[in-house]
Amino acid sequence: MSSDFVSVSQVRDGLKKVNYLADEGIAGVVYLAQRLGKPVLIEGPAGTGKTQLAKSVAELTGARLIRLQCYEGLDESKALYEWNYKKQLLRIQADKKSDSWSDVHDDIFSDEFLLTRPLLEAISAPDPVVLLIDEVDRVEVETEALLLEVLSEYQVSIPELGTISAKQIPMVFLTSNNTRELSEALKRRCLFLHIDYPDMEREKEIVLAKVPDISVNLADQIARIVRSIRQLDLKKAPSVSETLDWARTLILLGVDHIDAQQAKETLHVLLKYQTDIAKAAKELSVDE
Amino acid sequence: MPVIDLMSGFVAELRRAGLPVSLTENLDAMEAIKVIPIEDRDAFKYALGATLVKNSSHWRVFETIFEVYFSLRGSQYNIVDPGEDQADEFWRDEQDQAQQGQGEGRGAGGGGLEALTPEELANMLMRALMQGDQAMMRALARQSVARFAGMEPGRPVGGTYYLYRTLRNLDLDNMLAKLLEANKQSNQREATNLEQRLTKDEYESRIEQFKKEVEAEIRRRLVADRGAEAMAKTLRKPLPEDVEFMHASREEMQSLKKALFPLTRKLAARLARKRRHGRKGPLDFRNTVRHSLSYGGVPAEPKFKYPRPAKPELMVVADISGSVAAFARFTLMLVYAIQSQFSKVRSFVFIDGLDEVTKYFKATEDIQEAIHKVNTEADVVWVDGHSDYGHAFEVFWERYGKDINPKTTVLLLGDARNNYHASQSWVVKEMRKRARRVYWLNPEPRSYWNTGDSIVGEYGGHTDGVYECRNLRQLEGFVEKLV
Repeated sequence: MSSDFVSVSQVRDGLKKVNYLADEGIAGVVYLAQRLGKPVLIEGPAGTGKTQLAKSVAELTGARLIRLQCYEGLDESKALYEWNYKKQLLRIQADKKSDSWSDVHDDIFSDEFLLTRPLLEAISAPDPVVLLIDEVDRVEVETEALLLEVLSEYQVSIPELGTISAKQIPMVFLTSNNTRELSEALKRRCLFLHIDYPDMEREKEIVLAKVPDISVNLADQIARIVRSIRQLDLKKAPSVSETLDWARTLILLGVDHIDAQQAKETLHVLLKYQTDIAKAAKELSVDE
Repeated sequence: MPVIDLMSGFVAELRRAGLPVSLTENLDAMEAIKVIPIEDRDAFKYALGATLVKNSSHWRVFETIFEVYFSLRGSQYNIVDPGEDQADEFWRDEQDQAQQGQGEGRGAGGGGLEALTPEELANMLMRALMQGDQAMMRALARQSVARFAGMEPGRPVGGTYYLYRTLRNLDLDNMLAKLLEANKQSNQREATNLEQRLTKDEYESRIEQFKKEVEAEIRRRLVADRGAEAMAKTLRKPLPEDVEFMHASREEMQSLKKALFPLTRKLAARLARKRRHGRKGPLDFRNTVRHSLSYGGVPAEPKFKYPRPAKPELMVVADISGSVAAFARFTLMLVYAIQSQFSKVRSFVFIDGLDEVTKYFKATEDIQEAIHKVNTEADVVWVDGHSDYGHAFEVFWERYGKDINPKTTVLLLGDARNNYHASQSWVVKEMRKRARRVYWLNPEPRSYWNTGDSIVGEYGGHTDGVYECRNLRQLEGFVEKLV
């Protein structure tokens, strides 16, 4: 790591500089992750800045971000490494007579023929990196096991080459939308961070930081309305990114004070289900 | 007390509350607190949380226990030996005054809170709530507890009692109305509906915060009086998935509802996945040939088609009389939230009469609304509104019995407390002959079955199984088995 954090507040200020407003919990866990050299498992509703946190930490520390997007059916050859089969075949056919068997064997299982995938790349990188394993809950339970060696020992075992250990310990972030229970083994190896919807004050600051040219008054009003909407019993509560979209929409429309009519007309930016929109309009009494 | 002793007590309490804290996690926590100073209470709390709590629904339980064990460790609350209650109280009062002096200085300025009359205190509280003055609210919370709660050392009364006493004296129930009134007067023009609503939400959240301050203060005092361990024991609450349907308080119901949705999402994802996996499908020729290309044309890796087993049809017949209503509601919510896993779901509710309620769920996407309609509109009373399983089953058989086919799974929900009516258990027997499966779910603890007017055994004999479903965990387990 290029720069070590010395305190929680330093992390928070640093993240603020790269436009990520962390609360006490987020900053604390990032600090701990770096000090203890442990991966962070981030969980929470969609659109609360889980992925963004990893990106911001990368930006803050000046590290390269390596991202592994998880999906069902992800396997070793996509996550860890793969032998470049075609190139190996070419090598064998190129000069058939000159080499003995053992030479060829040694040669085709060397670094040259190895295709590194995100996990191996993060481990073998000489420069500081931040590894983001996105939506880890999408892989099957069996595939999760692939991650365990990387996460706890920071090494990858390749039968033909031996064990490759990390030159420097990368910061690792795993995100999960909580569509299934992750295995105990994985959870045990990680620090756990639950990012929930921000409270009103923080949401207001986020809006102020992320939306250029917004007035403090409008941001305050937006944050208040969003808080009231989140208290309703909805199918899908508005996320932070939807709040920001809403704020941008209002700016584009040239609104500087939200009244009932404008709120009603733009509610669909914030809520994505018709039943939710109807309910919110009724509750906020903006539908008369 | 050294931190290590405190930590081991703390971790033991977490485990007693049902959190699965492993040894490695415990060691991680120890490692973590080496780099975070205990004086920074928030950071310390998050450090422990990140290492020990790996499930967000356990966070509340963790927070409570943390507060009990560590809330007194700040610089201003050095804990005194529990044996010296008197001295402790005295010392504490001194501290309180010092604290209030500070709050006062920032707030209204001049004079101790001690000297105020109750009316003045209430006015100050109102002003603090109005302006959202955090420091003042905290000071007032402490003062109110000292004055109104009437706490005596060693008195074996729970925290809720003190909370009730304090809040009643402050007349907090009417506070919201008063605040809104005051706000209206201070505004020159009429506020719009939207503004009114936002103001109300703002005040509500401030009052809620004040209540929390009061609660925390009472807890702090109780811990000082009784010690952390005893206090943690009285505060111990079941995790959301362990709350019993039949005895859940309103607050617990809320947390149950919140826990239900992520749970159904997980359940649906898991069931869909389970359905697609398994190795029994026939060979997928096309896919196998495609994959053989990377082995030079040798079909080294055979590929199989995913099996697509038929989805079951479901009929839910639920007792919604008083005692088991909550259970029926939750089961219906769960079933409808994962209805994509069934080819067809029909639901019926009864007390002593029976009515089909499938239409309420079809009419709207909003499950909550449908449940509400079931409770208010379904025609379920025949004679007196006391459970009569026998009559309800008879009606069911007469009207809908012919719709049961070999693909149908029937779920019967209820405690089988029949008020000594005729059981008519032949209906269940006939159902089983026609249906694929018949299950009975009983929200009562197994030890209560077949006591008093419960005749679950008589019905149960004719079903494919009777299951105890006291909490979400058991319900989830059953549903997974069902699909």
